[in-house]
Parts: sequence; C-alpha cells; structure tokens
Amino acid sequence: MIVARQKPLREIYQTVLGYDRVLVTGCNTCVAVCHAGGSKEAEVLASLLRILTIQEGRNMELAHTGTSRQCEGGEEFRSLLEAADWADALVSTACGAGVQYVAERRPDKPVYPGADTVILGGVTERPGLWTEKCQGCGECVLARTGGICPVSRCAKCLLNGPCGGSSQGKCEISPELDCAWQLIIDRLKALGRMDLFEEPAPLKDWAAGRAGGPGRVIKQEDSCETRTHE
Amino acid sequence: MSANTPSRLEKVLANGHFAVTTECGPPRGSDLGVITQKAEYVKNHVDAINVTDNQTSVTRLCSLSCCIHLKQLGLEPILQMVTRDRNRIALQSDILGAAAFDIHNILCLSGDHQSFGDHAQGQNVHDLDSMQLIQTARHMRDEGAFLGGDAIQRPPQMFVGAAANPFADPFEIRVPRLAKKVKAGAEFIQTQCIYNLDKFEEWMKGIRDRGLHEEVAILAGLTPFKSAGMARFMKNKVPGMDVPDHVVKRMADQPKEKQPEEGLKICTESMQRLKEIEGVSGFHIMAIEWEQKVPELVEGAGLHPRPEI
Repeated sequence: MIVARQKPLREIYQTVLGYDRVLVTGCNTCVAVCHAGGSKEAEVLASLLRILTIQEGRNMELAHTGTSRQCEGGEEFRSLLEAADWADALVSTACGAGVQYVAERRPDKPVYPGADTVILGGVTERPGLWTEKCQGCGECVLARTGGICPVSRCAKCLLNGPCGGSSQGKCEISPELDCAWQLIIDRLKALGRMDLFEEPAPLKDWAAGRAGGPGRVIKQEDSCETRTHE
Repeated sequence: MSANTPSRLEKVLANGHFAVTTECGPPRGSDLGVITQKAEYVKNHVDAINVTDNQTSVTRLCSLSCCIHLKQLGLEPILQMVTRDRNRIALQSDILGAAAFDIHNILCLSGDHQSFGDHAQGQNVHDLDSMQLIQTARHMRDEGAFLGGDAIQRPPQMFVGAAANPFADPFEIRVPRLAKKVKAGAEFIQTQCIYNLDKFEEWMKGIRDRGLHEEVAILAGLTPFKSAGMARFMKNKVPGMDVPDHVVKRMADQPKEKQPEEGLKICTESMQRLKEIEGVSGFHIMAIEWEQKVPELVEGAGLHPRPEI
C-alpha cells in the first residue's frame, strides 16, 4: 500500500489562507489504513483548520468529504467532484496520485496536498510502524534476493550487498534499520539458495522505472506491457 | 600472476614483492599544495597512492584532479571511485578522464552513505554498485568498449581493485563476497583497517581454502592510532570496525604524550605478524592526517627500500 503522513497543520493552513470555503477530501484506501488521510482524518483536519481560523479571527468555512479511492472514478468520486462546486479551494489528504486525479477533474479549483506521500510498504514489525518494501523500480529483483528488496530496503540500493557497514544485523545509517542484506542472506540460507548470493547481479535496467521517464503501463490482451515512452 | 597493464603496483605484485600503498585525502578546497605535501612525505616509501573520493560523504577536491596531480609529480596514483555520486555515464567518463592522463589503477567502492557527510539531504545515485563498477572497469579495459557496447578509442589500461571488510557482519559471507568481487574482475583488494588480527587470520584461512589468494592480491589495511581517544572512537563510532578491548587498553595505559608512539608500535607489530600470513601480498597504510609517519611504519616492517620497477 501507499503510505503517507499528514503534513504539519500550519503548513496546510498557510496554503489555504485567503480562501472563503475550503473542502477537505479524504481517501479511504491506502492513506486511511495508515491513518494519514481517510475520511476520518479529513474530518479532524477540517475541524482543526476551523479552530485555527476562529482563533485568528478569520472568515473561512470548512467542510469535509471522502471517497473510497481518489485515484479512480465511479459514482462516489463523482459526488466528491460535485461537492467541490461549493468550495473555492480543496485540500486532498490522498496520496500524490489522488491529489492530481482530483485536480485533473476539477481544473477550475485549486487542490492542495494535505499529506506527504512517503513509501510503498506495510506494517510488519509492530502496529503503528509502516516500513518501505518497494520503490516501483519497474524490474523486480525479488527472485534473486529471497523475496527481500534491496532496492527499497538497502540504504545504498546495493544489488550485491551487504556493504562493509552492516553490523549485528543493522544498517550503518541507523540502529533502527535492519540491514536488508542480512535479511536476504538469512532467508537465502533458510531456503538453501545461497548459490544466488554468489552470482554477481547484472546491471539494472533503471529505464524500466523512473529513469525511463514518467511511466505508462498499458494492459495488453494477454499480458501487461511494461512502460512505454513516447 | 603476470602483469596485464602498465600499472607499477601490478608489476610490483607480479614480481613477487610485498606491495605498499597508502592514501591521501584531498583538501576541502582547491589547493593542490596539500597533496604535494602529503606526497612528499610518502613518495620514497610506497608503490602507489590512493586518493579518496569524497570520503565519509564530506565534499572535497575531487579524486581525479588529485590523481592527475600525483601523476604529474611522477608518482603512481590509485583513483578511488564511489558509485554514490555518479551514474554509469559519469563513472565511465571519469575512468576515461583518468586514462587520458595514464592513471593505471582504480579502486571501486560504493561509498559511505551521504547521511554521514555535510550534504545529508542530497540524493545518492547507486546506478551501479561497487561490484558492478569492477565489472565496468574490466569491461572497458578488456573489451575496449563502453557498457552500451560502442568501442572506446584508446581504452583505459587499469589495474582494478576493490575493498573488503573482513570484520563487518555477517562474517560468514565475507569470504563469499570477496569471491564475488574476484568473479566480477577485481585484481587487488585493500582491506578495512585491521586491529583484530585473530579474526583477520580466520578470514584469510577462508580465502586460502577457496584459493582466492592465488587469484587476487590482498593488501592488508592498517591505520595507526594517534591516541587512545581515536582508538575508542574507531571502536565505538565507525561502522564495521573491529577494535579489540586489549588494543584500546594498550593505548589507554600509556600517558598521553606516549600514545602516538604506542599507536605506531602496534601498527608495526601488526605488519610484522601480517607478513607471515600466507596470501597477504602487501599493505595499505591509511595514516589519516598523519602521512609523515608512513616512512617510519614501512621501514619498521622491513619493507624499505621499495623495489625498482
């Protein structure tokens, strides 16, 4: 899932200062799971912004709404777009994709981000902690690395790790971070596949991902075509 | 081992001598006089001089320009290159830049993470990793071609090296990882600073068991302590460093003014012991901001004069 965190309240407040009617829109999929931008968080954010405007003696009306996925169409999404008629500015607490999706469909309204999109990941260690698992690199290497991603989980993206800074299972940049390559080795050993470790990994085709320009994925009849660039 | 390149370091090793290398860190400015001074200290006592590449991610004068300067002084530079700051276009371009000045040695590294340096908010590149930089340098030399396939006019002739840290975790893959670097094309290895000689010997045994010492020249890395404080710092603060308690104690037991002397003594003793280990082909002395002590260490280990090539 996409993991985001809410922007600082003051930062959001500054972006909408000067508008009369602001609609805060939540997204009830990824960012709701990580408690950053679902309908519930959108409602709380609208209330906090309202309190700030009252404290500062400003006239700004606030309302909130939500939809199950801001990055998709559908009936529910259409009603969100209609609700935007009332507002002269929107704050979307969705991920960056959701914010842009709303902005594209309401070109007449300014849409401001209420969250910072941070990682693709999930909860594996403890509740309330989301960790990165994928960078959408476009050419998955997990088959060689025991199902643990060095692109997203090694601080240096090493395809042939671990580096000399791995210490007692932890990464040199923080004792809070597991060394991805320690995890990879542990898992390859458990699977009896240390032969995979000994083979130098081929140079990566980063053009399959972000380096190839903005990605486009086209669904073909019998397969999902990789990114194409026009 | 026979020499494949014009590298003086490679010839020293091919002729069966212990090799001695050292390193000098570039200044945080554009004054090449700093490099001239460091070179003066060591020039008669080493076969080649590494120039570090923005070590610890602190921005400095670039390794390549310092290497060119050393070359112009008549010395043998080893270009250190990290994959942190350049993509495959820039790496290959800089390798050609070095080749244009007949720099014949390269040390391929991934580089410290940028969070340790003075630009922690910068992006790192790591288009390639150190293993793949080894492959790249060998490909450019042996195939006379870029990674993209096009031919190189006057390809680089570089003796290709890599680093190894026998003390990082997990220990069990430290020999296999070296084997992987050899497979990728590494011809010489400079190790992390050695203070735990027992553990180093265990690692070397693993190297010999796989016959890797026949395929790659291993230069044992050493850094003399200037003080007990430095020993404690290396032990506690530098990732992947293994400084046994008894070594720290030996430094701390000396009065402050005697500690530098003790640090040099520990280093010389280590070199004497390391010389006896089968598979150790030489030494890489990293006397951090203490380059003037390199001659004393080389002489103390019985490695002076350096062979004429």
